[in-house]
Amino acid sequence: MKIRLKKGLRLNIAGSIPANASVEPVHSKAFAVYPDDFPGFVPKVDVKEGDAVMCGSSLMHDKNHPDVNLVSPVSGSVKAVVRGERRKVIRIELEANGDGQSVNVPVAVSDSKSAKQLLASTGMLAMMRRRPYDIIPSPDDEVRDIFVTAFDEAPLAPEYSVYTSLFSAEDYQAGIDLLSKTTSGSVYVSHKSGFAFTGLKNAVMVEFDGPFPASNVGVQIANIKPVNKGEVVWTLDFVTVGRIGHMVKTGTCDFSTVVAVTGPELDKPGLVRTTCGAAIAPIVEPRLKATSRRLRIISGNVLTGVAEDADGYLRFPYRQITVIDEGDDVEEFMGWASFSPSKMSENSSFPGHFLSKSFRPDARINGGRRAMIVSGQYDRYMPMDILPEYLLKAIISNNIDDMEKLGIYEVAPEDFAAAEYADTSKLPLQQIVREGLDSLRKELE
Amino acid sequence: MSKLRNYLDRIKPNFEEGGKLHAFRSVYEGMETFLFTPTTTSAKSGAVHIHDSIDAKRTMIIVVCALLPCFLFGMYNTGYQHWLAAGASEFPFWELMLYGFLTILPRVAVAYIVGLGIEFTFAQIKHEEIQEGFLVTGILVPMICPAEVPLWMLAVAVAFAVIFAKEVFGGTGYNVLNVALVTRAFLFFAYPAQMSGDKVYVATGAPFGYGDALADGFSCATPLGQIATQSGPSIEFTGVGGHVISAWDAFIGLIPGSFGETSTLCILIGAIILLAAGIASWRIIVSVIAGGLFMGWIANVFASPLYPASYVPACDQLLLGGFAFAAVFMATDPVTAARTTTGKYIYGFLIGAVAIIIRTYNTGYPEGAMLAVLLMNCFAPLIDYCVVQANMRRRVNRLKAKTSQQ
Repeated sequence: MKIRLKKGLRLNIAGSIPANASVEPVHSKAFAVYPDDFPGFVPKVDVKEGDAVMCGSSLMHDKNHPDVNLVSPVSGSVKAVVRGERRKVIRIELEANGDGQSVNVPVAVSDSKSAKQLLASTGMLAMMRRRPYDIIPSPDDEVRDIFVTAFDEAPLAPEYSVYTSLFSAEDYQAGIDLLSKTTSGSVYVSHKSGFAFTGLKNAVMVEFDGPFPASNVGVQIANIKPVNKGEVVWTLDFVTVGRIGHMVKTGTCDFSTVVAVTGPELDKPGLVRTTCGAAIAPIVEPRLKATSRRLRIISGNVLTGVAEDADGYLRFPYRQITVIDEGDDVEEFMGWASFSPSKMSENSSFPGHFLSKSFRPDARINGGRRAMIVSGQYDRYMPMDILPEYLLKAIISNNIDDMEKLGIYEVAPEDFAAAEYADTSKLPLQQIVREGLDSLRKELE
Repeated sequence: MSKLRNYLDRIKPNFEEGGKLHAFRSVYEGMETFLFTPTTTSAKSGAVHIHDSIDAKRTMIIVVCALLPCFLFGMYNTGYQHWLAAGASEFPFWELMLYGFLTILPRVAVAYIVGLGIEFTFAQIKHEEIQEGFLVTGILVPMICPAEVPLWMLAVAVAFAVIFAKEVFGGTGYNVLNVALVTRAFLFFAYPAQMSGDKVYVATGAPFGYGDALADGFSCATPLGQIATQSGPSIEFTGVGGHVISAWDAFIGLIPGSFGETSTLCILIGAIILLAAGIASWRIIVSVIAGGLFMGWIANVFASPLYPASYVPACDQLLLGGFAFAAVFMATDPVTAARTTTGKYIYGFLIGAVAIIIRTYNTGYPEGAMLAVLLMNCFAPLIDYCVVQANMRRRVNRLKAKTSQQ
C-alpha cells in the first residue's frame, strides 16, 4: 500500500545532521526516568534511595494497572526520588555503575495475555501509546490493530536509518511476531521509500510520502484504518519494536539509543549513542557554540519536545535534542512590519518564505494570543478527515457529544503541532487537545 | 531604539496595578506591543517551541495596505467629481488629491478615535490585550460611505456597530456580523437622507476652507441610482455634467459613488495584494463573482421592463456599485464568513447571487451588496453547521458499516 500526503509543514532550520555523520558513543553516569513522559501512568514508587537496580528492573508501577512498570534503563543504584508539590514524583535519578547487568526476562509467551504481561512488566508497554486518549496502553485492552511508525519528518530529524541500526532485522522480526500475538487485527508498519526492512512477515507494510505530520502515527491511522468509537489501537515507533524483539530473543533488556543532537545554536550537530534517560550535559555541552546568550535545550524536536535545563535528562522518546535561542531578551522594533529575510514563516508576505535557506528561529511566540480569526489555517496541516477548528472549539466548550462526533478518539496532541506552529492567533493547540483527552477520559471512565 | 525601549520600561510601572495611570494599562500595552515584538516565549512542555512570524497585527496591516489603492483613488475621485460638478475643464492632480484628502481626513479620524476608544475601554475592562480588528474596520467605514457623511452620524454609527455588533459578542473573532457593514447599515437605515438618493455622492463642501463650496442641492445619482428612472432594453448611465458613463469609466472608477468603492481597478490591485499575501480566501472571492455573474445572466435572460436593472449585462453588474468591493474586502472577512472549505464556496456564491437579486428585483434598494453580505453573515454559521454535520455523519456511518459487518 502506498499513501501520498500533501498537507503539512516543511521547516528548514539550521543545525541539521550532516550526511554520513558517524555515531559517537557518549558514556554518562547519571540517568533519570520521568513518569510525566508517560501520560496516563499514575506512579507508585517501587524503590528507595540507595537501592541497587539492574537494567530492566522496575522503578515504578502504575496505580491503576499494577502490572505496568517503568523500568530502569541502566544497572546501578537509585540516587534520588525527586518529588514536587504534594509529593508528586517528578523523576527518579539513577547512577550507573557501568556493568550493564540486566534482569532476566522470562520470554516464554504462549498467548495474547502472556505477551501483554511481558510487555507491561518490562516497561515496553509504557514506550507505546494507545488511541483513544493518547495514553500508555493497558494490558487489559482488546487491541484492534497495532500501528508502527518507521520514519520521522519532524524538523531536523535525521534519516530514520540511523535509529534502526540499533537492532538487527531478526530483532525487528521477533518484535513484530510478539506484537502480532497481542492483537486480533494486523500490525501495520508505515515507512518511507527506501526502507530497509520491507521484508518483515506478520506485518502490513504501508509506504508514506509527505511532510510532517505524515510521520505521526495518528495521521497514518487516519489514512489506513481510522479509529472508531469503542475501538482501541496501540501505537509505537519502529525502534521500540526492535527493542522488544531484542528482549524476546536474548532474555535481557537493552535501552541503548541513538540521539540526534541538532539545532542552530550548535557548533557541530551530530549523532550520539547513549542510553535512554541519560543526562543531557555530557551530550550537548561539547557541541554548543561559544555564546553568552540564553539557550533553550529541547529534549525532542521543536514541535513536540520538552524544554530541559542544561543539567536535565533525555526525555521520551529518547532520540533527539534540539538547541535554539531562547530569545526572551531580543529587542525587536515593530517586528510585525519586518521584511527581513531571516524571518521564518509559512506566510508569503515574508520574503523568507520564498528563500531556500536555513532559519534560526528562537522560542518567542512572535505575537500575542488572540481568538481564532483566520479560518482554514489549521486544515492545511491536518492530512486527516478531521475539522480541527470545530474539534478544538468542542474541546474548549467541553461538549463531549461533539468531541466524539468530530473524531477526538482519532487524534493526539502531536497531530496539532504543525497547526500550532503556523497559527496566527498563537493558541496552545496541543495543550487544548491534551486537556480535552484527559477530561474526556475522566468523564467516561 | 533602545532609548525608546528604556523610556517604555521607565514609564511601565505607572500603568501596572497600583500605578497612577493604571486606567490606561490597555493603551500602554497596545503601544508597547505595537512598537516592540513581545518577548513572551513558548511553554516548556506540551507546546511547540517555535512559532511562525505571522501574527494578528501583520495580518490586519496587510489588509489595510490592500485598501490603500482604493483609498488613494477615492481621494482623487472625490476631488474629480467635485471639480466636474463645479464645471471645471481642467483637473489639477494635486489639488484634486488635496481636496479629497481634506474631505475624508475628519471621517477617518472620527472612525478611528471612536472605534479605538471603545476597543481600548473594553480591553481595559476585560483585562485583555487590545485586539487589532478595528485597524481594518476604521479605514473601511469611511470608504463605504459617501465622502461627506456628517461626522456625528459617523460617530454614532461606529459606536453602535463596535459595541453591539462586536464587543457584546466578545470582541474581535467572535462577532457574527461584519462590523464595517453594520456601521454602513446603521447609517443607511437611521439617516437615509444623508446616505442615499442623488444628492449625497458628489462632495460639494469646502473642507477646512479649501476649494469652493457648490450651491446646495447639486444632484447626480450613482449609476445604480439612475436605474429606477430608466426602462430597458438599453440602459444608459450618465455622470456629473451629463456625459455617458461607459463600462471602462466604471472599471477605472471615475464615477459618483461611495468614497473608496468606485474603482474596480484599484479593488483588483487590493485583491492581488490580499491573495499574494495569503490573507483572503480566493474561494470566497471567486465564488462571489461566480454567483454575481450567474444571477446577472439569469436576470438578463428574463429581463423585463418592470425591473429595469435586469437589462444591465452581467459583467457590468460586477463593475457597478459596491459589488467588487464587497467581494474582495467584505465577504472575505474570515471571522464573519463561513469557516469550512466547502462552506466558503456556498457562502460566496450566495453573496454574489443575493446581491444581484436585491439590486434587480427590489427597486427600493439600488444597491444590494451590503445587505447580501450581512444576510450571508447570518447564514454562514448555518452553512458551516451543515458541512460539520456531514463530517460527523461520515464518522457515524463508518461505525455503522463496521457493526453491520459483524
